[in-house]
Amino acid sequence: MRMSTYIIKRTLLVVFSLFGLSVLVFVLARVLPGDPVRMMLGPRVEPWVYEQTKKQLRLDKPLYEQYFYWLMDVFQGNLGYSILTRRSVTADILEYLPASLELIFLGAIFQVVGAFLLGVIAGRYCYKWPDNVVRVISYIGISIPAFVMAIILQLIFGHILKWFPIQGVVSRGIPMPPKITNFYTLDCLIAGRFDAFLDVLWHMILPALALCLGGMLQDARIIRSGMVENKDKDYISMAMAQGLPERLIMFKYLLKPSIIPAVTVLGMDIAAMLANAFLVEMVFNWPGFSKLGIRFLLNTDLNGIVALVLVIGIIYSFVNVVVDIMVAYLDPRIRLMERGE
Amino acid sequence: MKTSLMNKLREIEARFELKRKWYRFSRSPLSIVGLIISVGTIITAIAAPWIAPYPKHAELYTGLGERFQPPSLKYLFGTDHVGRDVLSRTIFGFRYSLTMAAVVLSLVVPVGVVLGLIAGYYRGTWIDTLIMRIADIFIAVPPLVLALAIAAVLEPSVFNSMIAVSLMWWPWYTRMVYNTASALRNEYFVQAAEVMGAGSFHIIFKEILPNCLGPILTKVTLDVGWVILLGSALSFVGLGAQPPTPDLGTMVAEGGKYMPDSWWISIFPAIAISIIILGFNLLGDGIRDIFVEEAR
Amino acid sequence: MEIKDLYVSYKTYLGELKVLNGVNLKVGEGEKVGLIGESGCGKTTTMRAVLRILAANAIIKGGCINFKGKDILRMNDKELSEIRRKHVTMIFQDPTAALNPVFKVKDMLSDVIRFSIGSSSEKLTKEKIHEMCLKVLGEVALPDPERVLDSYPFQLSGGMRQRICIAMSLTAARDLLIADEPTTNLDVTIQDQVLRLIKNLVEERKLSVILISHALGAVRGTVDRVYVMYAGNMVEAAETNKLFSEPLHPYTQGLLQSVPKLTGTGFSEGIRGHIPDYVNPPPGCRFHPRCDYAKEVCRKETPPFFDVDGKGHEVACWLYGKR
Repeated sequence: MRMSTYIIKRTLLVVFSLFGLSVLVFVLARVLPGDPVRMMLGPRVEPWVYEQTKKQLRLDKPLYEQYFYWLMDVFQGNLGYSILTRRSVTADILEYLPASLELIFLGAIFQVVGAFLLGVIAGRYCYKWPDNVVRVISYIGISIPAFVMAIILQLIFGHILKWFPIQGVVSRGIPMPPKITNFYTLDCLIAGRFDAFLDVLWHMILPALALCLGGMLQDARIIRSGMVENKDKDYISMAMAQGLPERLIMFKYLLKPSIIPAVTVLGMDIAAMLANAFLVEMVFNWPGFSKLGIRFLLNTDLNGIVALVLVIGIIYSFVNVVVDIMVAYLDPRIRLMERGE
Repeated sequence: MKTSLMNKLREIEARFELKRKWYRFSRSPLSIVGLIISVGTIITAIAAPWIAPYPKHAELYTGLGERFQPPSLKYLFGTDHVGRDVLSRTIFGFRYSLTMAAVVLSLVVPVGVVLGLIAGYYRGTWIDTLIMRIADIFIAVPPLVLALAIAAVLEPSVFNSMIAVSLMWWPWYTRMVYNTASALRNEYFVQAAEVMGAGSFHIIFKEILPNCLGPILTKVTLDVGWVILLGSALSFVGLGAQPPTPDLGTMVAEGGKYMPDSWWISIFPAIAISIIILGFNLLGDGIRDIFVEEAR
Repeated sequence: MEIKDLYVSYKTYLGELKVLNGVNLKVGEGEKVGLIGESGCGKTTTMRAVLRILAANAIIKGGCINFKGKDILRMNDKELSEIRRKHVTMIFQDPTAALNPVFKVKDMLSDVIRFSIGSSSEKLTKEKIHEMCLKVLGEVALPDPERVLDSYPFQLSGGMRQRICIAMSLTAARDLLIADEPTTNLDVTIQDQVLRLIKNLVEERKLSVILISHALGAVRGTVDRVYVMYAGNMVEAAETNKLFSEPLHPYTQGLLQSVPKLTGTGFSEGIRGHIPDYVNPPPGCRFHPRCDYAKEVCRKETPPFFDVDGKGHEVACWLYGKR
């Protein structure tokens, strides 16, 4: 099947999953104990206000009708009203999510570059000391949860060594640029404030590292073991027998098959980062979706939770599709072979 | 009686080539380290009341005279903001973490595996589609996010966080077993069994399952680490164990406010979490290596 | 090329596999030599040692491989690279495994051409390389070379893949071609075609060949001389016809007898026993546990090659010589 067919198939699958997810999340939210209307309005309110609000929120209609209306709303970008803030959830999300996304983006870049470098070095010097060092560090690094890593990094590089700031977005004394896109880095650039831009980046480095270190080391291991495993394959022996230069063999013929499993894992890594961002942001006081999420969670703001989960689900699925397409591009066997062959 | 037990053991050993596997396993020093750490963790958890120097500190206790003591000979890990010995609480924390892992996995593994086997065996039919689509829905959201959401809508407690983690964990097993089972489905030995008239039940459990054991066992071991991680993340946010329960995640969160001056309150539980995960990761890798060798 | 007293072991979790136990082999210029033996006797290991593409856990414990006056085992990287690019080449047993699955044929072929034919003196243009790819594919009788170039290996049939491997190897070889069971993994109908192709190309370019096989028939029709290998040692060497008509080593005799015949009566016997454990190989002659004629000395010392008739028929057996 050609590339375009593959892409379409994948996307349809994802859309289907998202529908299912929306149903799941919706049902979960509605079925649970607790009366959202009561929570919103408080205990002391006239009965007719209660009834009116209930009608307005369509909570008097049967479940499937509610779902239908809700879905229509979602497609129009209306994710409901937060019970707590009374604001549109969409507005809330749009305000806080971009900050998380830019953190994750930086983390992803670190991860790809780092994993690549470490993996290739370990593969090249297989069984010698650089390899062993990388392997040991990997084992330890993978086992440390992101939020623990965040605390450790903050302690060592923030408090003790004072190389990086401990928390926040900008240092004291540097005024923040006006929020236009809600991406802190972009807003700095748009306002032409290069000093603020650098300052924000400086604040982002530790949290981004905390997010990506686990995944980076895991990917490095995968790349390394791929290289070691493929080194003994016949097609590499053949390339060597033909006298191709070692550099060419390593960086072209050995590398390509070896990174494919790592790219496959990349999707899950981004998912992990999406999730871990929540915790890491808490540690570094980075105002991303965690600020929003915590508010929603601890106050059982159902609309908020549902909307947040849905949005994250969409982002994650999107990333997965992109990763799958990348893998299909790298490994022709996947896109050209029919299922079941 | 003794001899029949010995014979049974010998049978199992021969069937699964345990001696050979152990030999291979023992050649990797990292795997042995993993085994030691994992077993050590389990022993610590079980023997907590007897190992911890101040077992009472793990429950409702306040020693306001001894707050914020740095690590010393009296309190090896120091004391926290209420005067409790961090070491004892960490040891009890092992208990909570491992209990959670045990409970979650004993729920999730049987359910997930059986569903995966069924879906794999009936690949291509509506059973397959049904099961796998439901599984895909759960997989569509990053694990932590889903767990957070579920835990949030339930009351925060240890029990509910276990439910949350279980609910979102089972599809991973189903998927993995599904892949293996559906690949094996078309292998000759399965078709041979069918031709001989074996029933579906027999085929699924006696033919296909033993061949999936390798990846399943590996995943279970690695998952102990992951479940504990997820659990402590939930507690960290405040949705799992509530204070004063000495859950490792909760302890890290509580101590966060007192960084960096009283760093020991957060750091030691944090390191404890990491070591547990490290131990089970190494062990899981060792187990995986055994089965990979087999496959070669 | 001459291999002298080659000892190679593999380090594994079971211990040290002492596979090659002093291998000797000679190939003259333009000569075609066959190498037969069971699976696992060390044929591939020997040949990989020649090109120094042994596995990572292999150790060369001794011996030398002389090619045009220099010892390959002691060459530096530059000289080794030259050998591989211009003089010696190898065709592998499994063409599917020998081609990188994630690259198109034209990528791999272009690289080989660029590095063996184009040297630092002439910079090859893309068009020129493309031209040469087509030419080379034509030489191995591949139909529709344009389509083949643009394909991935898994899209082609087994026979086609092997032809591509042959094409790639032959651009890189001027002197010696090592063919490691080139037809074993192919359909029977294709085997003959490929074998004949190899023969023709070898004749055309006057290459020396070492043809490895465990199919006696394939070897018989193709080579001038045959070596018989068992468990890491060469046990017999002779001109092809001489070997098949007058096998001297008990192993060779057993081997030839095991081939099922269409005429005659009864089933073939096979040789009793099995190949030795390389971790603890039998001392002395490694065949002695399976040999009906084993003597005391066979259990103690490995026999060297004894020249039996002064015309190149050599046997490594205590039956035909003394210390």
